[in-house]
Amino acid sequence: MSVLVLAEHDNNELKSATLNTVTAATEIGGDVTILVAGSGCGAVAEQAAKIAGVAKVLVADNAAYTNMLAENTAALIVELAGDYSAILAPAMTNAKGILPRVAALLDVGQISEITAVVSADTFVRPIYAGNAMATVQSSDSIKVITVRGTGFDAPSAEGGSATVEAISNATDAGVSEFVSEEVAASDRPDLTAARVVISGGRGMQNGENFKLLEAVADKLGAAIGASRAAVDAGYVANDMQVGQTGKIVAPELYIAVGISGAIQHLAGMKDSKVIVAINKDEEAPIFQVADFGLVADLFEAVPAFEALL
Amino acid sequence: MKVLVPVKRVVDANVQVRVASDHSGVDLNNVKMAINPFCEIAVEEAIRLREKGVATEVVVVSAGAKVCQEQLRTALALGADRAILVETDEELQPLAIAKLLKAVSDKEGAELTIFGKQSIDEDNGQTGQMFAALAGLAQGTFASEITIEGDKLKVIRETDTGEQTLTLNMPAVITADLRLNEPRYASLPNIMKAKKKPMDVMTPADLGVEVTTNIKTLKVEPPAERAAGIIVETVEDLVDKLKNVAKVI
Repeated sequence: MSVLVLAEHDNNELKSATLNTVTAATEIGGDVTILVAGSGCGAVAEQAAKIAGVAKVLVADNAAYTNMLAENTAALIVELAGDYSAILAPAMTNAKGILPRVAALLDVGQISEITAVVSADTFVRPIYAGNAMATVQSSDSIKVITVRGTGFDAPSAEGGSATVEAISNATDAGVSEFVSEEVAASDRPDLTAARVVISGGRGMQNGENFKLLEAVADKLGAAIGASRAAVDAGYVANDMQVGQTGKIVAPELYIAVGISGAIQHLAGMKDSKVIVAINKDEEAPIFQVADFGLVADLFEAVPAFEALL
Repeated sequence: MKVLVPVKRVVDANVQVRVASDHSGVDLNNVKMAINPFCEIAVEEAIRLREKGVATEVVVVSAGAKVCQEQLRTALALGADRAILVETDEELQPLAIAKLLKAVSDKEGAELTIFGKQSIDEDNGQTGQMFAALAGLAQGTFASEITIEGDKLKVIRETDTGEQTLTLNMPAVITADLRLNEPRYASLPNIMKAKKKPMDVMTPADLGVEVTTNIKTLKVEPPAERAAGIIVETVEDLVDKLKNVAKVI
C-alpha cells in the first residue's frame, strides 16, 4: 500500500513543511504519492516531483481548488483515499481544516500533529501544549494524520523523478466561497522554515520597537516572531505568533527578546536547537529553557548585539 | 436563529499538568477543571450575536461524564439560554463527539454552530471540522471575526500567512480562534440565575449513536528535558558563546 501526502502550497511554491511530511510518509512505509490540489499549480507539481523518495505526483488543477477550500479539497481526497493506507499533510492552516473532514467522511479517527513515527500504526504526538507526549495507536484501515514539520528532517528537494498524473474530475461543493486574502508581505524567510528566529514579546513595548529585531534579523537572515502577548497587544500581526496556538518553530537558533516565557509560548519553540533569552527580569521562566541567558535591558542589549554581528 | 455551542470540560489553563506515574495519561486527581478557553470564546460570540438581535437562542451542549454539568452551568451563567448534556462515562474521541453533536444538531435545527478551535488538553483541533463534514456544512475555522449577511456568513480566518476572508452558506460551522473576542466574566446574579436555567440530559443511546474509539493511547510520557543553560554577563560574551561554543552564527 502507499501513502498519500497532501502538498501545502500557494499555487506557485511548494511549502517546505511538505518535505518534512514526505519523510514521515517514508517512515510509515510504502510508495509516497503527493497530491497537489490547486489551480495554475503546475510549477508546484514540478517541484513535488523532484523531491527524493516520491514515486508519483497527482495534480488536481481546477478552479474549485484555487484556495484549497476545505469542503472541496476534503471531497477530492476522499475520492482518492481507497488506494492508500495513510493520508498525511503538514499541520498548517489548510490541512488542519481539511484532514478532520476527510477522516469523518471516511469514518476513521484523525491523529493530529505527530512528531514521530513508531510504526505504521503507532505515532507520538504532543498533548497539553507539549507538556506530555502521547504514544497512540490507530486501529483504522486508513490513517489520517497531520504532521508537525519540526519533528522530521526534510529529504532532498532535488534528484527525484516522480511521474506526474493529472486528475481531471473536480467537485465544487458550492457551500463556501473565497473572498480575499491579506498576506503579510515579507522578504524574510518563513518562520517555520528559518534557520534563525528572533522573537519579541510584551517587553518590546510597541510595534515600532520591532525595528530593533529587524536589524538583527537582517544580519542573521532570520525570521521575526512574536509572543501571544505582543500580538494581542497589537504590536505585530497574528501570523508572527509563535506558540501553542500560533506557529511551532524549531530553528537552529531562537532568540527570545523581552519574552517572559509563558507555557503556551514555550510550546511553540522549546525544540529549537539553541535558545537565547534576553530579558531584564532574571526570574522570567524563559531562562529555564534558554541555553544562553542575558539579564539586561533589551533596548541596550539588542543594538549592542547587532553591532557585534 | 438558533446557535449551538459545544463546550468541553478540560484541565484549567493555569494548571501545570503532570504525567501520571503509571504513564497512562496525565494526573487528573484534585486538579481544577474549567471550560476549554476556546469554547468560552465560542460561547461569548454566540451571546453577542443574541445581544445584537441576530441570534434568538443560544444552546450549549457537552458530552461526557455527569460532572460536565459544572461547565454547562458556567456557560449558562455567561448568558447561554439552555444546556444539553450527552452523558456517558466512556472515553470520547473527536469522531464520536462529532457524531453525538450531529445527532443533537439534527434535533435542534441550529443554523450556526460555534466550536472552539481546539481543546487545550488533547490539542486535537478536529471536532468542529468533523461535525461540519458529517452534517455536510461549510466551515470557517480559526475565526477572528464573523458577520451574518443575509443567508450567508462572512468569516475572517487567521492563517499561516495572514488573514483570509470566506463567505459560507448557512447553516454553517465556525471554530473560534483567540482573537474572535474577549469573554466576559459571569456576574453573581447571573450565576444564581443559571442554576434555574433548563438542562436536558440524554445518553448516546437516546441519540442512536454508538460510541467507538479508533485511537488507543499506549503511553504518555513527560517531554524531553532541556539541559540547563548558562547566564552570560555581557553581550560580548553572548556573541562569543554563539560563535565559538554553539557555532550557530
